[in-house]
Amino acid sequence: MKDRVHVAGLGVISAIGNSVPSTFDALQTSTSGIGPLTLFESVHQGVLPVGEVKMSNAVLAEKLSLPAHLTRTAMLGIHAARGAVASSGIDLKKWRSGLISATTVGGMDKTEFFFEEFLKDQRKGRLLDVVNHGCGKSTELIAHDLGINKYISTINTACSSSTNAIALAARMIKAGQLDVVVAGGTDALTKFTLNGFNSLMILDTQPCRPFDAHRNGLNLGEGAGFIVLVSDKVKKAEGLNSTSYVSGYANTSDAFHQTASSPEGRGSFSAMQKALTMSDLNPDDIDYINLHGTGTSNNDLSEGTAIARLFGNRYPKLSSTKAFTGHTLGASGGIEAVFSLLAIEQQCVFPNLRFENSIPEIGITPQLSFETGLAVNHVMSNSFGFGGNCSSIIFSKE
Amino acid sequence: MTVYINGMGAVSPQQIWIKEMLLSDPSNYTGNRLSCIEPDYTQFIDPKYLRRMSRILKMGVASSAMALHEAGVRIPDGIITGTGYGCLEDTEIFLHKMIELREQALNPTPFIQSTHNTIGSQIALLLMCQGYNQTHTQEGFSFESALLDAMMALNGNPNQVLLTGGVDEITDASHQIQERFGIFRRTSLLSLDLFNSSSKGTLHGEGAFYFALSGKKGKETSASIDSVTTFYNPSREELITGIHEFVQSTSLSLEELDLVLIGKCGDANLDRVTDDISKQSFGSAPIGLFKHLSGEYPTASAFALWLGARIIQTQQIPSAVLNESIRPLRNVLIYNPYFRHYHSLILLRAC
Repeated sequence: MKDRVHVAGLGVISAIGNSVPSTFDALQTSTSGIGPLTLFESVHQGVLPVGEVKMSNAVLAEKLSLPAHLTRTAMLGIHAARGAVASSGIDLKKWRSGLISATTVGGMDKTEFFFEEFLKDQRKGRLLDVVNHGCGKSTELIAHDLGINKYISTINTACSSSTNAIALAARMIKAGQLDVVVAGGTDALTKFTLNGFNSLMILDTQPCRPFDAHRNGLNLGEGAGFIVLVSDKVKKAEGLNSTSYVSGYANTSDAFHQTASSPEGRGSFSAMQKALTMSDLNPDDIDYINLHGTGTSNNDLSEGTAIARLFGNRYPKLSSTKAFTGHTLGASGGIEAVFSLLAIEQQCVFPNLRFENSIPEIGITPQLSFETGLAVNHVMSNSFGFGGNCSSIIFSKE
Repeated sequence: MTVYINGMGAVSPQQIWIKEMLLSDPSNYTGNRLSCIEPDYTQFIDPKYLRRMSRILKMGVASSAMALHEAGVRIPDGIITGTGYGCLEDTEIFLHKMIELREQALNPTPFIQSTHNTIGSQIALLLMCQGYNQTHTQEGFSFESALLDAMMALNGNPNQVLLTGGVDEITDASHQIQERFGIFRRTSLLSLDLFNSSSKGTLHGEGAFYFALSGKKGKETSASIDSVTTFYNPSREELITGIHEFVQSTSLSLEELDLVLIGKCGDANLDRVTDDISKQSFGSAPIGLFKHLSGEYPTASAFALWLGARIIQTQQIPSAVLNESIRPLRNVLIYNPYFRHYHSLILLRAC
């Protein structure tokens, strides 16, 4: 048997929970985390709903015993990464341990305040607010918190970032370069991204309805999701009771348009297909797909078309959990990896909230309720980003 | 795992498009900011696309086109980009407008082009390249991470050609902000004199470099990359041991290193540390410097890789790098420290 890359721990924080158990509880009870914007002042307050983590920066800093000037992106990341490492029970110092994180906004949550002062006077603005601006800085801060210095890296391929981070981690373990990797991503909600997506006119003023015929855009969210990946050797030596392993992944480029997906979903089709090939699985073997499913007209049609092409009428149970969390951008692949792994661990699938009518062109009906007692052996998670970055990853039951 | 550099493209503060004139007349800058000398982009990019591209996109796309042209490759199998700061210009434009227009009626184009992966995606879009597309951003390891990714992929399938690059830009705002941190020279000097005057601060640089890498040699192969490694936040002892182990793993003796390109940055305090590490690690190997030519920035090691490969290819060391004649030039080691936490090694060999 080929060497496997095993999943040894999970950590997550998002609009639906600050821990894995509270997150699972929300998924089980169909409790969405979408609500009004409270984190910062904006003209969009009261208009655009968002998926906020229900803790202010001050509360996060206190809870984590961190300095209050840290960026929200770093604090969310530290919160989830600590959770993942704790649940694995692994002493990172014993192994060649790395951190591969992902983020798209980095320290923008602080930089955007700095800029208001800076634009008035270039000598103004608190430097402490830009010192952690770079995407890589959030990874440095998480690595420092976990005590990792063997290898650190950050991926930014927009909304597919953390799926790519997890895939890179699996590759490095397979190549024998690292034994343990904490992999995933983190992104805070910012005025920058809220206005960016608003300028593209793809934000829904109501809670989003992924894969629905009348979907009207996405809700932005925030959070972090990390998993701990280990080699066979570590699993044996630590006597770990892992329930899942990474069986395949692929990263492709749609190469169609900077923001829009090709109508036939050529990038997403080929990402899913290549991930299946690497897993040595047939489409029929997939028990659940955690969709990218942002709720925009373009993404859901394109992703749905690719799924219909690949799976035909016998498509597996599938849902977008972004109706719970909002679109957490660079963190979404990490958060949804945790959801996918929970589906395997708990042998269940999660509902696609607020779905009413199938998209007529593709006729796909997603999972409508939480369902347990199923055989969930192989789960596919999709993440697609601006620039045509399409990634798919498959987790399988040990 | 050995990979071959089958083509290179570069846009940097030096005029370096003509292979035969390797830094024969290096540009000398006054002040602490070294900006790229930009080519006539219409040679590389359709004017209808040029109009909407920010400077970093133009530099990235142009350097990728040069690399593919040199390698004689039309569409690579994948595109791997390292960038420390990403697309700063578009990020700042959108931030500026968002504040100025109070979040109303914003043009989405700068937002769309603000994410780090815009460079790699633009290249993919123009080439219709549907393969692997990855963007690494880790401060002083951004380019090294891209290289390690490419080498790992080529190890699995050596027949691929992976366009691998390091791209970063300076903007007025990024320069002003970083200047306030006190990391650049405050005293006036000519950039080529950087290492002649001991003082605090370095010079700010930028550049765009792409390399067509493959596990198989091409017609224009300049050199091979034999090994790459990174050390994050190491202690002095860890770094010295790490470098020693790296050199040992290459099965070269120190005497066989024909040149070590060292990323000293001109800051007296940082260079004191670099000199100490170099003295402990590289014995009497000839040492060349490059950051007075490139400036300091997260992906400056891509400049060094380009320089090292051209040195091997042309068998000449520009006098601005090292005023010494060495032949043959077979093994060039790059040691690049980036401020305090980031240290990397890249071994280049003639092939």
